[in-house]
Amino acid sequence: MATSSPLFSKHATLERHSLLLLIGIIIVVSIGGIIEIAPLFYLESTIEKVGGMRPYTPLELEGRDIYIREGCYLCHSQMIRPLKDEVERYGHYSLAAESMYDHPFQWGSERQGPDLARVGGKYSDAWHRDHLINPRSVVPESIMPPYAFLAKKDLDYRDIAEKLKTQKAVGVPYTDAEIASAADDLKAQADPSASDATLKAHYGAKANARDYDGDPDRITEMDALIAYLQMLGTLVDFSTYHADAPANQR
Amino acid sequence: MASPASQPQRLVGLNLMVTIESKPPTARSGEAVYFLIATVALALVAAAATAASKDPLFQFQGWIFTIAFTLGSFALAAGISSGSFNSPQDRYSDGVIKAGVIATMFWGAAGMLVGCIIAAQLSWPRIFYFPDFGFLNFGRLRPLHTSAVIFAFGGNALIATSFWVVQRTCRARLFGGIAPWFVFWGYQLFIVLAGLGYLVGITQGQEYAEPEWATDLWLAIVWVAYLLVFLGTIWKRKEPHIYVANWFYLAFIVTIAILHIVNNLALPVSFLNHRSYEVWAGVQSALVQWWYGHNAVGFFLTAGFLGMMYYFIPKRAERPIYSYRLSIVHFWALIFIYIWAGPHHLHYTALPQWAQTLGMTFSIMLWMPSWGGMINGLMTLSGAWDKLRTDPVIRMLVVSLAFYGMSTFEGPVMSIRAVNALSHYTDWTIGHVHSGALGWVGFVTFGSVYCMVPWLWKKDRLYSNTLVEWHFWIATTGILLYISAMWVSGIMEGLMWREYTPQGFLAYSFVEVVAARHVEFVIRLGGGLMYLAGALIMIYNLWRTVQLPSSESAAHPANATPAPLALAAE
Repeated sequence: MATSSPLFSKHATLERHSLLLLIGIIIVVSIGGIIEIAPLFYLESTIEKVGGMRPYTPLELEGRDIYIREGCYLCHSQMIRPLKDEVERYGHYSLAAESMYDHPFQWGSERQGPDLARVGGKYSDAWHRDHLINPRSVVPESIMPPYAFLAKKDLDYRDIAEKLKTQKAVGVPYTDAEIASAADDLKAQADPSASDATLKAHYGAKANARDYDGDPDRITEMDALIAYLQMLGTLVDFSTYHADAPANQR
Repeated sequence: MASPASQPQRLVGLNLMVTIESKPPTARSGEAVYFLIATVALALVAAAATAASKDPLFQFQGWIFTIAFTLGSFALAAGISSGSFNSPQDRYSDGVIKAGVIATMFWGAAGMLVGCIIAAQLSWPRIFYFPDFGFLNFGRLRPLHTSAVIFAFGGNALIATSFWVVQRTCRARLFGGIAPWFVFWGYQLFIVLAGLGYLVGITQGQEYAEPEWATDLWLAIVWVAYLLVFLGTIWKRKEPHIYVANWFYLAFIVTIAILHIVNNLALPVSFLNHRSYEVWAGVQSALVQWWYGHNAVGFFLTAGFLGMMYYFIPKRAERPIYSYRLSIVHFWALIFIYIWAGPHHLHYTALPQWAQTLGMTFSIMLWMPSWGGMINGLMTLSGAWDKLRTDPVIRMLVVSLAFYGMSTFEGPVMSIRAVNALSHYTDWTIGHVHSGALGWVGFVTFGSVYCMVPWLWKKDRLYSNTLVEWHFWIATTGILLYISAMWVSGIMEGLMWREYTPQGFLAYSFVEVVAARHVEFVIRLGGGLMYLAGALIMIYNLWRTVQLPSSESAAHPANATPAPLALAAE
């Protein structure tokens, strides 16, 4: 009789002891996750060695928080796959290094709208502003929601230094000087008349500093979001990235 | 085993009588006092934190916590002073299950309605967006929709049915006095915190794990209480064996706890700030997220609902589970393999290829245990196939298994890298999710609730089987419209993105592909509205059922005709 096979009769032990069943379940569901996830933390090849990556400026970090708050990731991916049409449409395929400071990642799973991994610098600030206020004013067929309220709302950056400190605690290499001057760096990046010397000393000469939303008197949420969008995908210096190098074979 | 009769499958034949055994009722208000003290303390902490914070979004959450704990304190105080917690201990606790059924149907209709609204937004953006009301934008409503249907509708269905099943199959009252009520109301508080949070802009930006740290902590507490209530009831059992449905519920509860904690490890900006940053970054964050995300499907939306299937299908069909051995093999294989499948969400991304390949391999293997479960459920109807014709409730349960089988075949296909290159980022994924969510999760829940409501409210029957027929056919047609529209839209989208002109240029701009999908968007909305209409018919039917005269003495059909003492098929 099949039911008397020793293996299946042993199962009755599990059916009679809930703690054994519980422990069995925990062991069985842990194996796959441990084998797949743990190596990502120590295999050096997981993240490429490239030049140009830096933490977000305070204004960009605020912009990224607005991007997350508004759920942009639900329709826009930030992950260009190494497929011919994607590379031609969006640019160089995304590297793991490009999201190394993203807590959490924003690769997305959907493209109701286009990929944004390399949207930085593709459009003017004015285009972004018009598009965010009313997407259909520049792209008539667009199905994107309007974000007019961002231009009306002052950016609340009272906790920006604390945000940088928290980012540092989870592994983003902000220096103490960058944390101390976070609010000043934020203002300098959005104000065309302010000196951006400290900002560029902290975040490199390529960091953009200008009025983004067409309203130089205020720092709005629109400023922050456009500052973030305009730097997406622009950091990595691809002249230093060699896809065929053994260190980048993944 | 010595004899097949000792197999746990005979538990299927347990009758549903409410009385457990004659034990004198005992006073239980002692522990309610501890709950009261804790709730008052939490209300004070929440009020103090709200007052101390300068972060408006943290204050918003703080107000919800404060109001909820204050209401909870009043309810507990009233309950203790009126003695209403001294319920007899010799009966099953069914009040919390009734509440769970009501919450399931309420949140289900709400979540489906939000789904229809966002489908309308994508169909007619000029009409359904309001530039000055950011909280009604797609990006904020979409997590509201997904959380409402998965966690509020599905979660309440799982809690309610697991409380029913574990009591009946263990012949024991729920463990923990009023702790089950804490699980119920604590979970509703989690839903309100998460849902209203999305609307005002509180999210950590991880799909299906959007709630921020304070809400996550609260859910962790509620979930541990849920695990203890469930396990405690199993410890009290009067049956030697733990019935197969409970294995699935237990795996669901434990694994969701692990997934929830690991994927939500985050450092708050401060303890008076709503925002936190995840400890994982980039590629590690991505894999942890999809290890979580796929297993939210695997354990929340599959294992838990298989627990439902393993009780309600045999019960309703009055047949034993088809195969005891298949349930064992299918259970362990399913929970072992599911965990590995997450990386198939990250094909062709910056995730190392070895991880992608592992994910794909295990996703394809997953087809077998999935169909093992489907076959075990379907074949349970052996000898009772005629009921498909006469009982629309069992037809709903069986069709849920058909959709389960279909989407667990489609999933492995989509996890193949070459197929995924086309399907990823497109509406095909959305169609796939909905064939599982509407067809499997929705229908098995509807079927189980149709079974439970007459049992819980002690009625002979449902108010109208004809209305169940209407529900069944409207909803089924709605699902078919929905998923066909998304197949067409998704495959068209994938093909248009990669289409080249003879001169070697990309043939379509991105927005041309968006515009081309308009018709499919409208059909999808039609399908969604039909599904919602079915749910509303069901709510009406259940409401009228509850109003039918009670039949305490005659008992319900399950008692009138006890199922045969079932034997394992072997």
